[in-house]
Amino acid sequence: MVKLNVNNKVYTVEAEPDTPLLWVIREQVGLTGTKYGCGVAQCGACSVHFNGQVARSCSIPLGSVKPTDRIVTIEGLSATSSNPVQRAWAEVDVPQCGYCQSGQIMAAAALLRKTPNPTDQEIDEAMTNICRCGTYQRIRTAVHAAATLAQASATQKSKA
Amino acid sequence: MKKLIRPGVRSPARRRFIVGSAAAAGGGLALGFHLPFGEAFAQPRTSAGAEINAWVVIQPDDTCIIRIARSEMGQGTRTGLAQLVAEELECDWKKVATDSITPGQNLARKRAWGEMGTGGSRGIRTSQDYVRRGGAAARMMLLQAAADQWKVPVDELTVSNGVIEHAASKRRTTYGKVAAAAAKVAPPDPKAIKLKDPKTWTIAGKPLNRLDTADKLNGSKVFAIDVKLPGMLCAAIKSSPVFGGTLASYDEAKITGRPGVKRVLKVNDNTIAVVADTFWHAKTALDALPIEWNEGEGAAQTSATIADRLQEGLTATATNGGRRNGDALAAIDKAAKKVEAVYSTPFLAHATMEPMNCTARITADRAEAWVATQNSEAALAALSEASGLPLEKCEIYRHDLGGGFGRRGGAQDYVRQAAAIAKQMPGVPVKMIWTREEDMSHDFYRPISQCRMVAGLDESGALVGLHVRVSGQSINAFSNPAGVVDGKDMRQLQGYYEEAGDAQLGYTVPNLLIEYAMRNSHVPVGAWRGVNTNQNAVYMECFIDEAARAAGRDPLDFRRALMSKHPKHLAVLNAAAEKAGWGTPLPAGVHRGIAQFMGYGSYSAAVAEVSVDAQGKLEVHRMVLALNCGHAVNPAQIAAQVEGSVAYGLSATYYGECTVANGRIVEQNFDTYPILRLAEMPKVETVIVPTHDFWGGVGEPTICVVAPSVLNAVHAATGKPVRSLPLKNVKLV
Repeated sequence: MVKLNVNNKVYTVEAEPDTPLLWVIREQVGLTGTKYGCGVAQCGACSVHFNGQVARSCSIPLGSVKPTDRIVTIEGLSATSSNPVQRAWAEVDVPQCGYCQSGQIMAAAALLRKTPNPTDQEIDEAMTNICRCGTYQRIRTAVHAAATLAQASATQKSKA
Repeated sequence: MKKLIRPGVRSPARRRFIVGSAAAAGGGLALGFHLPFGEAFAQPRTSAGAEINAWVVIQPDDTCIIRIARSEMGQGTRTGLAQLVAEELECDWKKVATDSITPGQNLARKRAWGEMGTGGSRGIRTSQDYVRRGGAAARMMLLQAAADQWKVPVDELTVSNGVIEHAASKRRTTYGKVAAAAAKVAPPDPKAIKLKDPKTWTIAGKPLNRLDTADKLNGSKVFAIDVKLPGMLCAAIKSSPVFGGTLASYDEAKITGRPGVKRVLKVNDNTIAVVADTFWHAKTALDALPIEWNEGEGAAQTSATIADRLQEGLTATATNGGRRNGDALAAIDKAAKKVEAVYSTPFLAHATMEPMNCTARITADRAEAWVATQNSEAALAALSEASGLPLEKCEIYRHDLGGGFGRRGGAQDYVRQAAAIAKQMPGVPVKMIWTREEDMSHDFYRPISQCRMVAGLDESGALVGLHVRVSGQSINAFSNPAGVVDGKDMRQLQGYYEEAGDAQLGYTVPNLLIEYAMRNSHVPVGAWRGVNTNQNAVYMECFIDEAARAAGRDPLDFRRALMSKHPKHLAVLNAAAEKAGWGTPLPAGVHRGIAQFMGYGSYSAAVAEVSVDAQGKLEVHRMVLALNCGHAVNPAQIAAQVEGSVAYGLSATYYGECTVANGRIVEQNFDTYPILRLAEMPKVETVIVPTHDFWGGVGEPTICVVAPSVLNAVHAATGKPVRSLPLKNVKLV
């Protein structure tokens, strides 16, 4: 029995310590927005936030996760898809099939937390997840749009 | 209109599906049921309401549910088809939702929804007529119901955004209010249905956002791989790594007692499965299972033996179809200048982001499968065959695909496997998931081919003779032997056809000989986005550039001179050239390349701008693509498809290659089969030049011009032609 903090909720799960966090999230915790794509940390479909950093959950063994580690999945990014990245993704109409988009959104949200107004080069370096439908051009546009949205809401908040 | 279904007839099976699958999916949005964005986080609704006809259901609150038969794999067909129906229906687009019918429902209603297969860029172009008629017929019935209620002639009514008005009596009502009565109105005579002139479209033809985005942003979309059913087990499978090999033996005792393992099963002659409580338990137990294979004859094959066979086909006497006019060999022989080149393209995997998977549950009298498929009816047939139950006792619950690109088309191999597993565990739902490694090593690969091109130029540099010899593997020979007629297989010459309409060669050459030599291997092959237009466009368009260069002519002008009899091809080429500023100065070190080709009933052209640095590193800066697909149902989604085709095409150009050693595919995952990433994505500009006089495809046509335009730009940059893909194997400087 292991305790896991996922989306600010504590789950008690039973799995072998070598089980990848991805499969614990999908099969034990029951959150399927985080996707399996390659299992070898290449594609990023399994991206989650691990203590605030984007991480590829297929390559994190359960045994290395502490109960105090904070894991956030796509389901926990916001309650109503109100995160600026999700809003920008909708506005720019980014997804095609959508399978990789949870991971793309998690990667973009982590990038913007660290770099609120990224340059194209910073986007190139941070957004390394694979999309086979080829939504890359719209992802780039949407990351910039999300940065603008986030700054607009920050300004509003500071005025209020 | 094929046949309007009598109103009020609703399949009980369909209701079961909606309710059952919503429960199965853990209470999330029901499968295939999508709300327009903006209402995204409303409670899921059922599709109860008045069925006006097969395509249109209207609810009392004016929600118009448009039924969709084709598969959605990201290409946007759901939204495009809904736009076409809504256009004729005259409903309020903001109140449109869609629902996906199942193949069981289609079967029960004598194919009221027509063909469900979604490949060959056919989703919209081959159903546009009957779905528009379905929308128009529903509108006529709704208006008739209002006219009956008000006792006025129907032609005194007007309708806009689902609001019906009778100006003379100043009365108005809405679709939602008359829907129940309209469902009882007799369907109109098909001859009385008049479709709108596309020039007057207000919903179709507009760059609207997709209808199905909301649940892709928050993790709530249920892909087939996410299905959960009560009592469900999970399976991992392994098929003979050598194609054509069979299962010899396995040592089950070595994995007994491993956590969660329930069964070790023979799926078929060449596949074994481990079934466990979780996929991870099944997969790790399978990895630990000692398995012996009878590898068979295929084990001796390598990339080199296959390449040798293809090379022999480049000059062999006997051929498998082609076309000719004039005497190309004599013309080339007599020509002032002769140009010759041999090209090659490799096997490619589809590598959809969602690996193959299927969940099946089979009892003595019912077989069900939850699956992502490009061909729901083929999936139903595969389930029926594998379960041994008649079609009427089978059902496929469709899930939107996490990528298709041709992989999830006709074969339905994963449905057969899941059914074979579930059949051995009656009543237990089993979710079979392939690992990425299984997916990469058991694809239906884009066929390998080579091509020898020879051209003759006269003193003025005009092309007087062209000889094209394609040698390569045939998709028809592997999966559709009936397509090979009298030993001839024209499918492999896609894009070189003389006939207009589908994949016509855009050049007129006075002496032309095009031939195909079929050289098959033991590697399974299939349709891969763009299919044979990909390889054939590389050969033709790179060689036309080489010929232009030999003639001392600008590649655009050289092409134009050959295209006067193909005005549509030419117009698209010109559109791309104009938007790209062909002939205008570029920054130092940046070079252009151009290409045009036709496939799937549409005309495409591209201009690429690239640079190659001193170390030979290639960068594609900008790509302009022009497309004439006849009618453009949603320009924004067409642009998305064009952008996607650049990513898929460039990935193949840079990296795509499946090699064969000891009879098996070497590349097993994305570390050895690299995929284009965001940093490598050029700026893509899409120019849509619809001529509004035909219906062409969108998902596939533009991919084939990506590689040749880039390769021609590389040639311009380095002065050296690239004749073999992928570029990762080529030293550019």
